[in-house]
Amino acid sequence: MSSRDQILGRVRRALADVRDGEEKDAHDTAVPRDYLREHGDRTTEQTVDLLAENLADYRALVHRCAGEELPELLMRLLAARGARTVLVPPGLPPAWLAAADATRVHDRAASTPRELDEVHSVVTGCAVAVAETGTIVLDGGPDQGRRRITLVPDHHICVVRVPDQVVSSVPQALERLDPARPLTWISGPSATSDIELDRVEGVHGPRTLEVVLVSGV
Amino acid sequence: MPAFPTAAREAVGNKTLRANLRHATHTIRDKRARAVAELDDWDQLREAGKRIKDETLRHLDRHLIQLEESVTAAGGTVHWAADADEANRIVTALVKATGETEVVKVKSMATQEIGLNEALEAEGIHAYETDLAELIVQLGKDRPSHILVPAIHRNRGEIREIFAREMSEWGRPAPDGLTDTPAELAEAARLHLREKFLRAKVGVSGANFMVAETGTMVVVESEGNGRMCLTLPETLISVVGIEKIVPTWRDLEVFLQTLPRSSTAERMNPYTSMWTGPSQEDGPSTFHLVLLDNGRTDTLADEVGRQALRCIRCSACLNVCPVYERAGGHAYGSVYPGPIGAILSPQLRGTQSEIDASLPYASSLCGACYEVCPVAIDIPEVLVHLRERVVQGGEVTRHGTRVTLRPAKGHAAERAAMRAAGWAFGRPGALRAGQRLASGTRRFHPRTLPGPGRAWSATRDLPKVPAEPFRDWWRRTNGGRAEKGDKK
Ligand code: SF4
Repeated sequence: MSSRDQILGRVRRALADVRDGEEKDAHDTAVPRDYLREHGDRTTEQTVDLLAENLADYRALVHRCAGEELPELLMRLLAARGARTVLVPPGLPPAWLAAADATRVHDRAASTPRELDEVHSVVTGCAVAVAETGTIVLDGGPDQGRRRITLVPDHHICVVRVPDQVVSSVPQALERLDPARPLTWISGPSATSDIELDRVEGVHGPRTLEVVLVSGV
Repeated sequence: MPAFPTAAREAVGNKTLRANLRHATHTIRDKRARAVAELDDWDQLREAGKRIKDETLRHLDRHLIQLEESVTAAGGTVHWAADADEANRIVTALVKATGETEVVKVKSMATQEIGLNEALEAEGIHAYETDLAELIVQLGKDRPSHILVPAIHRNRGEIREIFAREMSEWGRPAPDGLTDTPAELAEAARLHLREKFLRAKVGVSGANFMVAETGTMVVVESEGNGRMCLTLPETLISVVGIEKIVPTWRDLEVFLQTLPRSSTAERMNPYTSMWTGPSQEDGPSTFHLVLLDNGRTDTLADEVGRQALRCIRCSACLNVCPVYERAGGHAYGSVYPGPIGAILSPQLRGTQSEIDASLPYASSLCGACYEVCPVAIDIPEVLVHLRERVVQGGEVTRHGTRVTLRPAKGHAAERAAMRAAGWAFGRPGALRAGQRLASGTRRFHPRTLPGPGRAWSATRDLPKVPAEPFRDWWRRTNGGRAEKGDKK
C-alpha cells in the first residue's frame, strides 16, 4: 500500500465519529464570519493616513507627493543613499526615474543573485497596501518584477498609488489578490528580535524600506 | 531523555537561563495583550479560527486530496510520508537527485520534529539553518527552547561567544573584534549567511498554511531569510504536517490577523511569502511538497486530543505559562515545548516513554494557555485527558492501529492528584471556589505538598497562586481590556 493510501486510510478511520452524510459544504456553513471586514470607520483620507502611520511605526520611511513631483522625489531619495545603480522592473513607468542619476539595471533571467547583490537600490510599484497593518503587497506585476529584485539589494523604494491601491484590512487585501501569483507581503524592513528581544532592523532583506505615497497618478 | 520533573529541576537551578526566559516571556506577553486589544473582533476571529481548523480536521481526507490536486495542477510534486524516516528518505533522495551537497533551510518545526538535519548529514548533505535564532542554536550545538525564539535561553554575551568561536567552521568567520551589541551580531549573521544564500541551489522549508482550494503555500517570517530560501534556489522542498491545511483562500484572512499578533505581538510580521507551485521566471523552478503524518492521524483519532492539531504554532501559550517560564523549553524533551508541547508530544509520540508520560503533568492547570490561544485549544482539558490515559491506560491509536495501553507504573502520586483534578474539572463551580480559597490563603501555602503529593511537588516549585483567580481577573477586566490603560 502506498503511504498516500495508508495516510488517507488512517485519517478516515480516525474520523469514524464524523457522520458520513455531513454535507460537503460544511465548511461554508459551519464557520462563523461575523468578524469585521475592517476595523473602525474611516474616510479614504484617514485610511491613507493610517497606512502612513503604521508603516512609519514599523520603521519604514514614508514620503508623500503628487504625481508630478514623483521623478524629482525619487531622484532625491536615491541620491541621498548614494545609489549609483538602481534595479528597474520591466514595467516601471519610465517617467518615474526620468530625473534619477543612478544607472538603471534591468533584471534579466540570466542575472545571478551575485550580480543583484552588487546593485544598491530598487524601485517598484505594488499590488495593494493594507492600512491597518502597515503592509505593502507585491505580486510580481510588471512594475514590481521578480521577487528577488526586492530582496537582495539593501534599499527598496516602493511607490503606492493612493488612494486606489490602499485598502483598510487584511480581508480586503486578500480579496484583491490573485493566489496564482507569487506574493510577498512586506511590513517594515527586515527585522529580528532573536537577541534578547532587542529589535534590529535589516538582517537579510533590505535594511531600508522607503514607501512613497503618490496621489493623482 | 530525562522525564520532565528531573529536567525541570536542573533547569530551575540555572539562574542565567531563568533570568533570560523571564525577561523574554514577560516582554512578549505584555506586548501581545496590547496587540490583541487593538482588534475589537478578537473573540470572533478566535472562534472563526477554531471552527475553520475543526471543520478542516473533520474532513481532512477530502482537503488533503484537494490540496494534492491543486499543487499538482500548479506544477508541483506531492509526496506522502507516514513517519519521520520516510519523510527523511524522501527529502534526502530529492536533494541527491539535484547533485547538491548543501541546502539552506527556513526555520521549520516539522523538519526539527523528524530530525531532518541529522538525516541529511548522515548522507553527506549539509543543512544550514538560516533563521538567526536557529543559527545560534546550530552553531552552539544546542537545542531550540522556544517555538518562536529558539535561542531565547541565550543572552548576547553567550551569542557573541558562539559566533566568534564557531562561524569559521561553517563558512565566513565572524568579523574581528565582534562585540555583543545585537546590531553587530545580526550583521555578522547577515554576512555569514548571505554567502550561503547566493550560492544555494536547494531550499528546504515548512509552511504555516497550505490552501487546499488553490494549492498556495504560506510562510510567515521576519528576517528575510525565509524569502531568500524560498526565492533564490532552483529547487524548493517543503515538509509540512497534514494538519496545516486551510480549505479556502479566504480562510487566510483570519489567521493572517491572529497569528502575528499572538506570536510576535505585531500587527503584521515583516515578511509573508505565498507561492502556488513552481515558477519558471520567479522563484524555484521545481517544487516538492512532502505531506507528513508522523503521529498526526493517531492524534486525530482521539476525540478530545484532536484539538491539539488546530495549533498554528504562535507560541503565545509558552509565554504565559508559569511552568515554562521556570523550567525552560529543554525540559520538555521535545521540539514542541510549553503547554502545547505538553499535549502534542505525548500524542504524536505516544505516552510510553518516561518523558512523554510525565509531560501531561508539566502544568499547574492555571488555564492561562487556553485564554491566549488564538484557536482556543483547551489545553487544560487535554492535559487532564492525557493524565487519565497515563494513569489508567485505555484504548488509543498508535501507528494507525487501536491498541490498549496499560496503566503507567510509578505514577501513584499522580493518580491521586488526578482524581482530585478530575473531580474539580467535572464541577466548574467547585474549581472556582477552590481557586478563590487558594488565593485567599496563599500566604500559608507550603512549598511542597503534604502526604502522597510530596513525591510530586518535590520536583516542582509549586506555582505561586495568583492574588486573584484568573477567571475573576478576566471577568473583572474584560479580558485585560479594562486594564490596558495602566499597562505599558
Ligand atoms: S496551542 Fe494555541 S497558543 Fe499555543 S502555540 Fe498553538 S496556537 Fe499558539
